Amino acid sequence: MTYRIGVDVGGTFTDILLMNEETGETFRAKTSSTPEDQSIGVLRGMERACQQAGIGLDQIGEVLHGTTVATNAILEGKGAKVGLVTTRGYRQVLQIARSFVPGGLAGWIIWPKPEPLASLEDTVEVIERIGSTGEIVTALDEADVRTQLKKLSKRGIEALSISLINSFTNSAHEKRIAEIAAEELPGIQISVSSSVLPELREYERTITTVANAYVQPQVAKYVATLESQLKGAGVQGKLFILRSDGGLVSGQTAGQNPVSLLLSGPAGGVAGAVWVAEQTGYRDFLTIDIGGTSTDVALVQDLTPRVGRETTVGDLKVRATSIDVRTVGAGGGSIAHVPPLTKALRVGPQSAGAVPGPAAYGAGGIEPTVTDANVVLGYLPTVLAGGEISLDKEAARSAVQRIVDATSLDTVEAAAAGIIDIVNENMLGALRLVSVQQGFDPREFALVAFGGAGPLHANALGVLTGAWPVIIPPSPGVLCAYGDATTNLRNESVRTLIRRFSDTTDDKLKEMLTELATSARVPLTMGDIPESEQQITYSGDLRYHGQGFEIPVTIDIDAFDGKGGGLNALRAAFDAEHERLFSFLLDTEHELVTIRATASGPRPEVVAPVLPEGSSDPSEAFVNTTEIWAQGGLVNANIYDRGKLKARNVIHGPAIITEMDSTTLVLPGHSATVHRSGSILIEPLGTNETLEG
Amino acid sequence: MAKLIETATTPLRSVEVDVVTLDLVENALRNARYEMDEVLFRTALSPGIREQHDEFPLIANREGKMVVGQFGLSVPDFLENFEGTIEEGDVLLTSDPYSCGGSISHANDWLVVMPIYFEGRIISWAAMFGHMSDVGGKTPASMPTDAKTIFEEGIVIPPFRLYKKGELDHDALKIILNQVRKPDWNRADLNGLVAACRTAGRRVQEMCARFGVDAFDSALTALLDRNYQAMKVLLAMVFKDGETISFTDYIDDDGRGHGPYELKLSLTRTGEKVLLDFTGSSPQAEGPINYYINENLVRMFFGIYMITVADPQILWNDGFYPLVDVEIPKDSFWQPKYPAALNARNHGVGRIFDLFGGLLGQNNPDLLNAAGFSSSPHFMYSGNYTTGPRKGEWFQLYSVSFGGIPGRPVGDGPDGHSLWPSFVNIPCEYLESYYPMRIERLETVSDTGGAGLHRGGNGVETEYFFLEPGTIAIHDDRWLTYPWGVNGGEPGARGRKWIQRVDGTKEILPSKLIDVPVYPGDVLHYITWGGGGWGDGLLRDPELVALEIRRGLVTSEGALRYGVVCDENGVLDEAATKKLREKMAGERVYPLPTFNMGPPLATILERAFEETGLHAPVKPVPLL
Repeated sequence: MTYRIGVDVGGTFTDILLMNEETGETFRAKTSSTPEDQSIGVLRGMERACQQAGIGLDQIGEVLHGTTVATNAILEGKGAKVGLVTTRGYRQVLQIARSFVPGGLAGWIIWPKPEPLASLEDTVEVIERIGSTGEIVTALDEADVRTQLKKLSKRGIEALSISLINSFTNSAHEKRIAEIAAEELPGIQISVSSSVLPELREYERTITTVANAYVQPQVAKYVATLESQLKGAGVQGKLFILRSDGGLVSGQTAGQNPVSLLLSGPAGGVAGAVWVAEQTGYRDFLTIDIGGTSTDVALVQDLTPRVGRETTVGDLKVRATSIDVRTVGAGGGSIAHVPPLTKALRVGPQSAGAVPGPAAYGAGGIEPTVTDANVVLGYLPTVLAGGEISLDKEAARSAVQRIVDATSLDTVEAAAAGIIDIVNENMLGALRLVSVQQGFDPREFALVAFGGAGPLHANALGVLTGAWPVIIPPSPGVLCAYGDATTNLRNESVRTLIRRFSDTTDDKLKEMLTELATSARVPLTMGDIPESEQQITYSGDLRYHGQGFEIPVTIDIDAFDGKGGGLNALRAAFDAEHERLFSFLLDTEHELVTIRATASGPRPEVVAPVLPEGSSDPSEAFVNTTEIWAQGGLVNANIYDRGKLKARNVIHGPAIITEMDSTTLVLPGHSATVHRSGSILIEPLGTNETLEG
Repeated sequence: MAKLIETATTPLRSVEVDVVTLDLVENALRNARYEMDEVLFRTALSPGIREQHDEFPLIANREGKMVVGQFGLSVPDFLENFEGTIEEGDVLLTSDPYSCGGSISHANDWLVVMPIYFEGRIISWAAMFGHMSDVGGKTPASMPTDAKTIFEEGIVIPPFRLYKKGELDHDALKIILNQVRKPDWNRADLNGLVAACRTAGRRVQEMCARFGVDAFDSALTALLDRNYQAMKVLLAMVFKDGETISFTDYIDDDGRGHGPYELKLSLTRTGEKVLLDFTGSSPQAEGPINYYINENLVRMFFGIYMITVADPQILWNDGFYPLVDVEIPKDSFWQPKYPAALNARNHGVGRIFDLFGGLLGQNNPDLLNAAGFSSSPHFMYSGNYTTGPRKGEWFQLYSVSFGGIPGRPVGDGPDGHSLWPSFVNIPCEYLESYYPMRIERLETVSDTGGAGLHRGGNGVETEYFFLEPGTIAIHDDRWLTYPWGVNGGEPGARGRKWIQRVDGTKEILPSKLIDVPVYPGDVLHYITWGGGGWGDGLLRDPELVALEIRRGLVTSEGALRYGVVCDENGVLDEAATKKLREKMAGERVYPLPTFNMGPPLATILERAFEETGLHAPVKPVPLL
């Protein structure tokens, strides 16, 4: 069995990518998603991809899946009815939510407070108390626990979460309650805070545990259904799910800790970008995934995505490791508007969504969107390759005319160009969050742009960031499925320490790290990966004693010589990061807050596809010429069919490259070179256009 | 007056900036301002800044007008009062309200001001202040509630150059840090403030390089003008020409037994300008509650209310200031005479939001919220560990608490939330890990939010169980006068504090105190006040009231205020509810008053002891 299959389920489409591991040959299938039961669409797409390849489902070795089941449950508010057990005195931990009100001064006047994920009427307190060093202040009153759980049972909860004060230092009471709950609430899945997130800060730990419980029934059911469907259809390979941190885990593990899947979808895109960029020889790059309503960005250093400890989905922020993906509400459907009072031109965050969509879709939309501006300027040809959708340019023009009427801008083109400039700036803001604001100079990075609208805005974002080349992957619309199929198995074990350096030693720390490594290996070993092929990496979250935020630092296990070499190396690594981020150091003692061991399986050895060689002349792919708006006037631009481009072809801007699911815009003064791996590399004219290999 | 040293000689040109570039600059400035917050939060050591976010950044144009920020401050006032030269690489520091025209209002706030140079000229200013947990003086946390002069409030730093051409003045810093109880905190927090301003400096310089210095400067002018034009339209829309409107609210006491202090604010529009007049407010207090307010800060508070509702995405700034005149009587609560004590001005800072809310909302229903959690009550606890591995070590806590957000036009006021932007509470597990205390309870108190169609948010009860001997201090208010309701809504409940001593005695505490000893086993009950209600409570959906009983946010007894009859499990009795509502409506006089401040002040004073266990304060008199 030499086939792996990547599966990415989006809101509208399910993308399937079947790969022959030996030849690198790929087969793509796109089917409509089936929200009522996503596994139906998945299986249908898989069958279709297999037909194309001329193989049976039984020849698939592994199914690698990025899923938005957890994400959608949060965004649509359709998760389980969650019961919550807290320590007496803390019933309102989610109601108070750290007292935080977003927005500036007076922001409270207009803020609609979201309802807690676990309702107060489904929250109970139990009599027990653990102190800050793990000592038992008040023993657990088991009779009280049963009484309280019976109340929740009557309320008809569908999932249970348990989060007690100081449980990160002593989990005994939480574990005992879970045991009792298994008797009192049979069949109900239980999320325990000391397992989900053994970290200090009761609100953050509780909300993360509740979020886990909230999505768990749906995720577990989905994974189970999909596994049985796959088996029923004759697929013998295992199912793996992509986590928010970009690692794959078995379906079963995913079902136990679904809060770690909230960014599974975006993580697939970043993983795909890693695969694509590696083929082109670039190891440091920014990624930007532009969709209809939002844009996701991330930073990748030496082919390793930067990882953060927080995950944000809509209004919800939880503590779960994820690729540090930042999202802004700017995309093709973002609506441009002019508040009458200030006469400012604003784009988003409101979006036209799928219905009615941009005016150019002719489905009744009348508000000007980013897509309409792209149509007005000629960047999106009205007849797309494949001819499935045609765009109504006149409708787009009338929509953008509304901006002309409300501002001092005098032409529809000027207004459209303004909309594009502003939305690009919003996206730049997101790119700066992961680069400049983390102390990285974007000019030292390439930029990988994907998602339906990414290639349209990519060249402009290259100009704004100075990140070159801009890399447009093959099939930018299905990059997530590519990522799913090309990443590796991963599992991490975490422990919160909160220990000053003077309170620990090299030997003690090494012992703890080794224990963590042992537990991190378990799921991989169960997944038939021999220990010799597992790679272990260590990291820790450090701060100066007394600081409120930690900085993640890689731990070099080889530096632990029993004489303080390990701690010294950690100290140096932390100081280097602190200096880079904040440009100063303190004399204060260092403190280790969290340590973790990550076990990774080998990267699948997938051969990259290779395009046939051509010359620099792209004329075989030439379609026709169109007029586009650039630099304040109309200019002629050639349109090319991406499917006919060959390696080494060079296209000079202004030009448009079309394919089934995306359109690439090459601006004047730039050239786009086709790499043999299928990616297109855009650079300013005058830079080195010859590519290696 | 500061002398600014610039090497560039060619004057800046005013250039046309298109609407798109303007929005790009606006956006980039907004990002830079949030980046300032981020840098400080992540590097600060004091819980007040790192966990609670008690800090305020701004970026100004080259004349010192704030273009982005919050709580501003007045760079021009600062420069006016600074004797000396300012050149590239300088970073200035002060904590003296009297030396910067009230740009900061008590000595705990350390203000860093930095000129941003580009190609030899000042093109912008970055400034940021943060609340230091301790600045020395006679009591831990440096806020003695009984102080009569600023000399009792710790070190007061006059404006000086902390960095001269990029070089830190080590000696000066050493002298300053020698005065405070937690020098490590002050040093780290100050480092963070400087790092944040420098970050803003880099962002501004990048913008100058990208857009050109002329375009950048002109864009800032245009952004200021955008506010000016918007405000002009708003003023004409909201206020009648020639009409004067007024509103009065109170601060209950001054920490020395005087009160309540009457705070009066009036507004008159004449042509395109308005006048904000504080005449009629109480005289300067003997105690430390005086709020030395800067005129520009008044303009800014006013602007926030006006603009937040009109275009929430706008970057409000100083541009509209010429449209607003401000009159502040001398030697008053708002402009006390040096060297009046200032440390407890946080009640005034908070109450001014209620003042503006009540004043502006009279003619503008979109802006009329009930009275909210208009303060930032402080709780302090300090001492030396007597046992364990930290024996002998000094511990010191400064924390800000929260209460009920008022009922609002958009809906209920959130329970136990902060009116202050980006403020959050300190996690209990953090407190227990770093301080000898346990938090036995942190929850909102049912029925403390005022009844209304939109309920006021509940206040919060925190139970602090002390594990080591030490002293506590509290700064709070609204123990006497009520957080008022509006449009038929009822007032919220007042705040209360008491200690349950380990020997079983209950000790009622005043809302402002210092140096109260506590012992292991003592429990402090610390209850903040609720928000006022908005709209007629009889119109609130009875099912919602019932649901809130099940949630423990309202009791069955409290439900009666809504004319809703439920049992204690929140099961609604529809017939009884209908009957009760009819009866209550019949006993009322319609239309319901716009403001409901509870009983008349005289009655409140008369019943003070009976209702609160605390004696009514003595009427304030002008100081000689």
